Amino acid sequence: MSPDFQLKQKAQIMDEAAMGRALVRIAHEVVEKNSGTDGVILVGIHRRGVPLAERLARQIERIEGVEIPCGYLDITLYRDDLTLRHDRPLVQGTHIPTDITGKTVILVDDVLFTGRTIRAAMDALMDLGRPSSIQLVALVDRGHRELPIRADFVGKNVPTSRQEVVEVKVRDIDGAEEVVIMEKTGGDNSNV
Amino acid sequence: MSELKRKDILGLEEMSADEMELILDTAQSMREIIDRPIKQVPTLRGKGILSLFYESSTRTKISFDLAARYLSAGSVGVAKAGSSLDKGESLRDTVRNVEVMGPELVVMRHPSGGAPHYLAKNVDSSVINAGDGYHEHPTQGLLDMLSVRQKTGTLEGLKVAIIGDIFHSRVARSDIWGFGRMGSEVVVSAPTTLLPPNIEETGCRVEPRVEDALKDADVVCVLRLQLERQKQSFFPSVREYHALYGIDARRLALAKPGAILMHPGPMNRGVEITSDIADGPQSIILEQVPNGVAVRMALLYLLLGGGE
Repeated sequence: MSPDFQLKQKAQIMDEAAMGRALVRIAHEVVEKNSGTDGVILVGIHRRGVPLAERLARQIERIEGVEIPCGYLDITLYRDDLTLRHDRPLVQGTHIPTDITGKTVILVDDVLFTGRTIRAAMDALMDLGRPSSIQLVALVDRGHRELPIRADFVGKNVPTSRQEVVEVKVRDIDGAEEVVIMEKTGGDNSNV
Repeated sequence: MSELKRKDILGLEEMSADEMELILDTAQSMREIIDRPIKQVPTLRGKGILSLFYESSTRTKISFDLAARYLSAGSVGVAKAGSSLDKGESLRDTVRNVEVMGPELVVMRHPSGGAPHYLAKNVDSSVINAGDGYHEHPTQGLLDMLSVRQKTGTLEGLKVAIIGDIFHSRVARSDIWGFGRMGSEVVVSAPTTLLPPNIEETGCRVEPRVEDALKDADVVCVLRLQLERQKQSFFPSVREYHALYGIDARRLALAKPGAILMHPGPMNRGVEITSDIADGPQSIILEQVPNGVAVRMALLYLLLGGGE
């Protein structure tokens, strides 16, 4: 599906340093909330949640001196909008290095928006085992929730309008490190 | 490429390398679901799949049924025995009846080449060819490619030797087109009576001596001797066939060290393949089976996963 609108950059809301600082703070918060790292598993949601989870794991290792398991989750097969979309999103696979039953799973995503991705991710996790708890890290929370879901750890709260798009860029995928707000111009302004 | 822009999967002859790559990548992602404790994702909930098998099948039929189930689609099937084919219904009438039942996808195996193509042309549902006559068996070709790619990482530059009854084999044709398009060199060897005329036009090379075909091969694909089709005596005896074309440890040793051994099943042990190598370390025959489920899951997802 080719979008019938253009995206124009409106503002940069985080630069590389701000993203780094947010991840360091979240790493500390995760360790504090869980009184250490016992039974904690980080799981990044494809795509940009994956490098963010890996970085968080490195930060936690730096703080606590222990390596924590880090996996990735593909939620494509659990989406509730597959029949509404015209494209078929690429299935990129799921790999979680240990059994999640009885563990604390920390989901990592780049942008928390409607909450539907997280709903799908939780369903996917439940099919893999029974975690003792699931917590959520979002680098950016932009509001507009459609489901009763909230993040436990947030890099930055960014009030947005529905006409805007929040893009998180990470070096491994986009070659740059920043968070920008893009504005849709032209075409229809319905929700994407 | 992230989308398959076609309604049906009828054969590998008409498929591009990009499309095959997408199917294999998606299948590789699906593979993990088969090993989960809960082997089901909700992706195709509410979709209807109809399988029409006008020829006997164990593996392929079960594989399609499981693929549908793992993706939460509803699947019903008709086998040859007990269907109206036995009562002499024409394909055209079957097609019209299928149409009004409205399944999103139809899987068809048929003894006549081209039957799934006829169905595809006449119904709105997607059609997957599960084997048509001596023509193509695209899902088997894809699962063979996936199984090899898991071992070698790429299909580019591999020498693939296909040995046995090429004439009656739809698997051979799909393998020749599939591996060929992905950059492998495909060599076939069979008794002249079991080689279709002008088989070179499909892009493979013919080696009359099986030893020459096997030399330095990365992959050896042994085809089933279709004993049920041998009524017209294509060769003097099964024993002679085994002596001249049967693959045993001695012949397999002519291929590269550690070459991959495949067989699409069901095997005639002691005829086209000996038990020691079929169950040996080079054999990936049992890995081909779950890969078959993964490939069929990938195709169901790629054909039905999006809206229209």
